[in-house]
Amino acid sequence: MGLEKINMPQLGESVTEGTISTWLIQPGDKVNKYDPIAEVMTDKVNAEVPSSFTGVIKELAASEGDTLSVGDLMCYVEVEGGGSVEAPSQEPEDETPSKEEAPSTQNTSQKSEQKKDQGSKKRYSPAVMTLAQEHAIDLNQVEGTGRGGRITRKDIEKIVESGSIPTSAQASEAEKPADNKPSEAQQTQSQPSPTPPSAPDVKDGDIEIPVTGVRKAIAANMVKSKTEIPHAWMMVEVDVTNLVELRDAKKNQFKQQEGFSLTYFAFFVKAVAQALKEYPQLNSTWAGDKIIQRKAINLNIAVAKEDQLFVPVIRDADEKSIKGIAKDITDLAGKARQGKLTSKDMEGGTFTVNNTGSFGSVQSMGVINHPQAAILQVESIVKKPVYQNGMFGARDMVNLCLSLDHRVLDGLVAGNFLARVKEILEKMSEENTSVY
Amino acid sequence: MPVISYIQAVTQALKEEMQRDDKVFVLGEDVGKRGGVFRATDGLYDEFGEDRVLDTPLAESAIAGVGIGAAMYGMRPVAEMQFADFIMPAVNQIISEAAKIRYRSNNDWSAPITIRAPYGGGVHGALYHSQSVEAVFANQPGLKIVMPSTPYDVKGLLKASIRDNDPVLFFEHKRAYRLIKGEVPEEDYTLPIGKADVKREGSDITVITYGLCVHFALQAAEKLAEEGIDAHILDLRTVYPLDKEGIIEAASKTGKVLLVTEDNKEGGIISEVSAIISENCLFELDAPVQRLAGPDIPSMPYAPTMEKHFMMNPDKVEKAMRDLAEF
Repeated sequence: MGLEKINMPQLGESVTEGTISTWLIQPGDKVNKYDPIAEVMTDKVNAEVPSSFTGVIKELAASEGDTLSVGDLMCYVEVEGGGSVEAPSQEPEDETPSKEEAPSTQNTSQKSEQKKDQGSKKRYSPAVMTLAQEHAIDLNQVEGTGRGGRITRKDIEKIVESGSIPTSAQASEAEKPADNKPSEAQQTQSQPSPTPPSAPDVKDGDIEIPVTGVRKAIAANMVKSKTEIPHAWMMVEVDVTNLVELRDAKKNQFKQQEGFSLTYFAFFVKAVAQALKEYPQLNSTWAGDKIIQRKAINLNIAVAKEDQLFVPVIRDADEKSIKGIAKDITDLAGKARQGKLTSKDMEGGTFTVNNTGSFGSVQSMGVINHPQAAILQVESIVKKPVYQNGMFGARDMVNLCLSLDHRVLDGLVAGNFLARVKEILEKMSEENTSVY
Repeated sequence: MPVISYIQAVTQALKEEMQRDDKVFVLGEDVGKRGGVFRATDGLYDEFGEDRVLDTPLAESAIAGVGIGAAMYGMRPVAEMQFADFIMPAVNQIISEAAKIRYRSNNDWSAPITIRAPYGGGVHGALYHSQSVEAVFANQPGLKIVMPSTPYDVKGLLKASIRDNDPVLFFEHKRAYRLIKGEVPEEDYTLPIGKADVKREGSDITVITYGLCVHFALQAAEKLAEEGIDAHILDLRTVYPLDKEGIIEAASKTGKVLLVTEDNKEGGIISEVSAIISENCLFELDAPVQRLAGPDIPSMPYAPTMEKHFMMNPDKVEKAMRDLAEF
């Protein structure tokens, strides 16, 4: 029986840490390789971490709610044959444990044979690479018997058979992404705690709901956004009577032809994408000593699922037709409801459009989706008497509420942007707007 | 089990099939009274008479054409090309007619003919008596090409070829005729066409070959075993269509593959085997797939030194196997 470690895997590009939301196993449980051992939540996505080994869970090195950096130890697994680590109890307290010794002793034994031709030592065949990956073998520690010191498939097969697999402690360390984007560098600067300093007391009959998973991530993001970004607000009222007529005229045929609904929201997203093209100031990020204006217009949309809130991305919204946007909305909302959103679906947003009107809201003050510069809330469309051309008439009116990062934007540009969105929406009508 | 030679296995298979099914008949140059120049049809004329053992003119196109016609009318002809080198005048009949008739007639017609031909070098036969011609036919869907290495395989596969409902080219290595002997059951049996056969189990390198070269590889493997090199040897037996599964399995077993043929190197059977391996086995491969073959010159030369240079032999195979094992 040997011991192996399972470390926090890289759960997505640019993800550096993950929070264990639920352990799916307990010490003493038997696991097969690839069995899920924990649900882990990152700032991008929720994921299951698979076991890298078949064996028995020996010890959990972290509790639910703990945030671990990529490569950090999650748990120990007892495996058949020789493991690569010593028992955890024998491990020294500090973070440079005995693994350091293993490679160094290997090195000295190699040095004595250095005279041999080692020219092909690092020429790995596909078979060797495949096996090394499957069994997490550190090829630097393997002695090759092939020509020029080449490691042959048989060398690896013998190691696998023997069960003493040389894994590298440093390998996982190297997987950490070295490039820290400015926005992420900023994120780590201030990491306000989402939990209040003094816990309120619990009375009889109160229900305590542990804050885990996505809830915790939402909390952290909201705190970060509200403490870091000086929010300012603005609202315009838009007459969308023509748009309502247009959409009512098309929606049945559209649904029949395309198989998904033509929602109002798609028109609003389209108008925002178009206006952002003209006002790139809104499509930007505060980066400390500079403001980054994004070229791509990738619009986050908020999708709620019970107690969870996701903000998947409509990519290159400025290049899409209303139909294309409606399709993306349908796809992303469907994926969110089925819990199938991947970190790729969530990455790269540059501006957020929030459909608050869907729950009847007529006015709201959105919290900016950090590190973006603004968020637009589309409220409910309401029939109102409006004085126009010397008389009152029933018009379909909607409020658009904008929250802006006052470091990046001032009232003037934000106002111009909103006015432009309003203009685009009011001009949308059956005569001049195609959904295709 | 009696031990018989490769050519005796041919004769035995022919005789038993002619006894079993009176639609089976043989035709070819000197196959009757003379019993064939290699004596492959020895005794058949006496037993079955001139109606079922036909001596033909020196016209390979006619031998194939008459056979194909008879086959289409329900007979089971076994046509002999005296040497595989002489098959060229019959190529049009074989490729344009026999190979395509089932497809062309939407299954209404078929040509269950077997065409036997001795091929291969090492017999001091020079240009017109030493060639390997399998590659010429090996991209013609509708044809099957069988090239056995042992007397046991000869009998089982020749019977299977005669009973097959489509044209089969059955190439016999002429040097193997009397050189290779082996145990062959007296009773009736067939072997599946299209299935390769593992002739030796091993774990260090895989040799895939066919025909006489199988024996060179087996001999080399015995020598290398003394050095601790354990070779896995796959005999293709049918070279068209190839046993892909068997090839992939054998190649994956060791990840180091040597392909051997005495045919020219380029564009041959083993080139196709190599392609199958590279398409399917990338992540199993531990070394580049190696081809050991005759040089790309028109044919086997006559001068003994030159013939030796061209011809495959156990030493060449052993050297290539050792080289791959050490990689």
